[in-house]
Amino acid sequence: MTRSGPSDEALDLEKHRPVLLKFALLQLRSRAQAEDAVQETLMAAIQGAKSFAGKSSVRTWLVGILKHKIIDHIRRVSREQPLDLPNAETSLEDFDALYKEDGHYVSVPAEWGDPEAALSQRKFFETLERCLEGLPKNTARVFMMREVMGLETGEICKELAITATNCWVLLYRARMGLRACLEERWFAVGA
Amino acid sequence: MKLSCKEAGRLISEGLDRKLSLPQRTALRLHLAVCDACTRIQLQFRFLRRAASRYPGPDRDGGES
Repeated sequence: MTRSGPSDEALDLEKHRPVLLKFALLQLRSRAQAEDAVQETLMAAIQGAKSFAGKSSVRTWLVGILKHKIIDHIRRVSREQPLDLPNAETSLEDFDALYKEDGHYVSVPAEWGDPEAALSQRKFFETLERCLEGLPKNTARVFMMREVMGLETGEICKELAITATNCWVLLYRARMGLRACLEERWFAVGA
Repeated sequence: MKLSCKEAGRLISEGLDRKLSLPQRTALRLHLAVCDACTRIQLQFRFLRRAASRYPGPDRDGGES
C-alpha cells in the first residue's frame, strides 16, 4: 500500500468499496478479478486524490476510474478464455409465452408515468441492481458493457468472442427482463 | 412487411444497438403508429438506457447521479 495523506482520509475512499465491488462483480467473471479492479481503482484514486476537482461526487469520480479498470480486465481475460454461452441465453423460444396467438401481448406493458423522477432516488438504483443480479450472468454482463459502460456492440462481440446476432439477442433479453422486473418491483408498487 | 409485437420488440431493441435497414425502420414505424404496447416498450427501453448510464446512481436521494 502507498502512504495515505490527509486528503485521502478527507475523501474517505474506503467507504465506497462495497458499492464499487458490487458494480465490478456484475461485470467481471470472478470475485478475484472484481476485487483486483476495485483495489486498482482505490490505489489510482489515492494517487490522484489531489487532482480530484470536487466537481462531481467522490462516488461518481471513483466509478469513472473503475469503468476503465473493468474494461482493462475484460480485454485481458477475454483473449484468454472465450465466453461460455448456454443455448438458453441466446434462444428466444421462452419469449413466445409473452404473446398471444395473434401476436399481441398476453399482459400489456404498463404505463410507467414519469419514470425520470426515479433517477434521483437511491432506492430505484438498488432495485435496478437487484433486477440486474436476477438476470443470467452473461445477459447481465453484456447489458452492462453496452448500457453502463457505453461500449459499441462490435467491441462487445469482439471482446467476448460471440456473434453479433447473439449479442443483440442477449441485449434484447436483458431489456425485456429488466423492464418486467422494474415494472413489478418499482413502477407497479407506486414507489 | 407487417410486424407482430414480438418482432417489433426485437427490432426496437436492435435499433438501439445498430442501424436498422430501411424496410425494417419503415415496418417498425407503421407498427408503432398503431400499437400502444410497443410504443411503451420503446419508451421503456430508452429509459433503461438513461437509467443504466447513471448506475449506480446518486449517493443520496435527490443528489447528483
